[in-house]
Amino acid sequence: MPELGRAALVLCLGLALFALIGGAYAAATRRRRLARAAQNALLAAFGTAAVASGVLLAALLRNDFSFVYVADHTSLELPTPYTISAFLGGQEGSLLLWLLVLTGFSAAAVALARRTGPDILAWVVPVLGLVTTFFAFMLVAVSSPFATQIAPPDGAGLNPSLQNPYMMIHPPFLYLGYVGLTIPFAFAMGALLARRTDELWIVATRRWTLFAWTALGIGQLLGAHWAYVEVGWGGYYAWDPVENAALMPWLAATAFLHSVMIQEKRGMLKVWNMLLVILAFCLALFGTFLTRSGVISSIHSFTQSPLGGWFLGFICLVTVGSLALVMSRLPLLRSKTRMESLVSREATFLYNNLLLVALCLTILWGVVFPILTQAVRGEQITVSGPYYNFFLRIFGIPLLLLMGIGPLVAWRRASLRSLGRSFAWPAGIALAAGLVLLLLGAGSSWIGLVAYTFAFFVLGSIGYEFARGTRARHALSGGSWPAAFAELVARNRRRYGGYVVHAAIVLLAIGIVGSNAYDKVKEQKLSPGQTMAIGNYRLTYRELVKRNGPNATEYRALLDVRRGGSSLGTISSGKNNYRAEQQVSNEVGIRSDHLTGEDLFVIADQINPDNSVNFKVLVKPLVNLIWLSGFVFFIGSLVALWPSAAEQRRLASRYRDLRALARA
Amino acid sequence: MTALAFVLGGLLAGACVLYVALPFLREPDPSDDVLGVPGALEQRALELAERRDRALAALKELEFDHRTGKVSDEDYRALVGPLRQRVAEALRAFELRAESSEERVRARG
Repeated sequence: MPELGRAALVLCLGLALFALIGGAYAAATRRRRLARAAQNALLAAFGTAAVASGVLLAALLRNDFSFVYVADHTSLELPTPYTISAFLGGQEGSLLLWLLVLTGFSAAAVALARRTGPDILAWVVPVLGLVTTFFAFMLVAVSSPFATQIAPPDGAGLNPSLQNPYMMIHPPFLYLGYVGLTIPFAFAMGALLARRTDELWIVATRRWTLFAWTALGIGQLLGAHWAYVEVGWGGYYAWDPVENAALMPWLAATAFLHSVMIQEKRGMLKVWNMLLVILAFCLALFGTFLTRSGVISSIHSFTQSPLGGWFLGFICLVTVGSLALVMSRLPLLRSKTRMESLVSREATFLYNNLLLVALCLTILWGVVFPILTQAVRGEQITVSGPYYNFFLRIFGIPLLLLMGIGPLVAWRRASLRSLGRSFAWPAGIALAAGLVLLLLGAGSSWIGLVAYTFAFFVLGSIGYEFARGTRARHALSGGSWPAAFAELVARNRRRYGGYVVHAAIVLLAIGIVGSNAYDKVKEQKLSPGQTMAIGNYRLTYRELVKRNGPNATEYRALLDVRRGGSSLGTISSGKNNYRAEQQVSNEVGIRSDHLTGEDLFVIADQINPDNSVNFKVLVKPLVNLIWLSGFVFFIGSLVALWPSAAEQRRLASRYRDLRALARA
Repeated sequence: MTALAFVLGGLLAGACVLYVALPFLREPDPSDDVLGVPGALEQRALELAERRDRALAALKELEFDHRTGKVSDEDYRALVGPLRQRVAEALRAFELRAESSEERVRARG
């Protein structure tokens, strides 16, 4: 039923245009009913996007190859879960998912914010309407998922690298993150348009920002794990522009989550926070542009791509428009308070912000530079790992240190004496850990040693914060120690949830450093019966087996693994030959040691006609801490996201007082 | 199939138009159709409420940080006075604003 899908998208475009134009007119002329109608239009747009998505999903499940999209991205052999995930396997489906999530979030944000700040909401609606109009227009006029043809007997199938369980959840998480950043952007712009520079837009979007940031973070980790187990090159992050596309808005949002606390606590950095919200949203749009325009995979597709020009135009419109709005409201955004000391919590947040934004812009330059060089000079240049790794060390190591310093420093100002007392334990732990690691041979990589020492400093400072906070709470309220701990966290979920997230970042850093600075790699050609050694491992290539899977012919080399004289079982590594797609994928063998966090990673680089195999084997210490950090990150984010009854009471009382005063 | 699609599309369009027009259908002739926008006085009151909440939160945080040992006695003594003064000023400003509002209500009868 492609006609219904098309009709739903055209309706969605019409509703979004109404929300944009009608909403802006209502806000400017203060018409209550029209403003409400514009809000309803956004809610109805979600319904139409859901109908369009339902039509595409039904076509995918029915293998209706009269839909060009279905024929291009599925086949009769494709297992059902991947047939569903093919929804976002192509450009048109991805854009439809963007629209669905955007209209869903917009509807939820409007419904939740109706009771507070109707004047801001009146301006938020046209901003959301503008973004929705753009995506609905792209789907209606530029890249429709409902194009039809005479149905071929079978489809082309799905890209084999996308036929992985991670690919069913990694893109949706990224989209939740990208699209989620639209909501704080819309409220920030709404506040500026309404000339409201109080905290209401921050209060209304605090959880949206945290949610989007969490989803983007989890999405990236899922993507990294997908790359690790599926792409088969032995790594998890290659500084690919599409990977960077998700990292950049996450870094900008991380900076915002920290600096917004300075605005809440001290009423400072209002302009900076606006700029960070704009940066995060524009980078989310840029990320979608990079992923979907084809500008990166082929520089020449830039002008040929139906999406590229439109996306660039929209990004320019949003950037210029929002910056002009900030400029026009500068007098309203001036802070009345100043930073009291360069040694204070707010100062460490500011340093952290500068480093995060510097890292973000450095990555952006690395992504944009080859595109600009190609456009201006016609030369093809690749900015690769060493560039990014250099700047990651330059900005990342001080960031790690600041993560440990921040929690130990008080707001406003701190004397050297109190700093010395606060630093003693964490610094002692870090130095002791550094010395032990040096004795254990970690000095083979000085950057690794420094990073580990700082990591222990952060863990020490987090542990110390929890310990002395619990002790103070116990002294105040009595009761048991676990109750004091629970009360401590419940009274300031954002702070202590944030510390758990910091612990997750430390685990991530330890995993990254361990698996890069202390890894081992060996390549060797083996015939059946031959053995190779790497680190403490000995691998004996036993045999090559061939079997027919549901949609691919699978070749697997079986290797017996021993470590220190004891058998660890068998590991298999090989290739899949996908029949419908006529593509070959690497299927790596991974043996994880959950006690040490180490992985033995086997790649069958080349399978030869005489059954010999060219193996590439890697030993990656501590790599599993990267995946563990994902769970800790999620828990920390959940703690920070969990609504605090006390805070809600305080905010409700503030706005109730205000309404009472307004009525008087 | 095409006819069914057109019928469903038409129903969807009708439902959307009805839903968007709902505010006008519910209130065809409202006594007031003006969007509530905070005036200068209300914005000032909000600013005062935020200043009050910020000062109270800062004082509470300072007290707790002092108990945990993060803030030394010397720093605490230097910070607590100005903060208490700020809280008192913020509360006084907010209450003055509330009293003047009440007086206005009484004056209106």
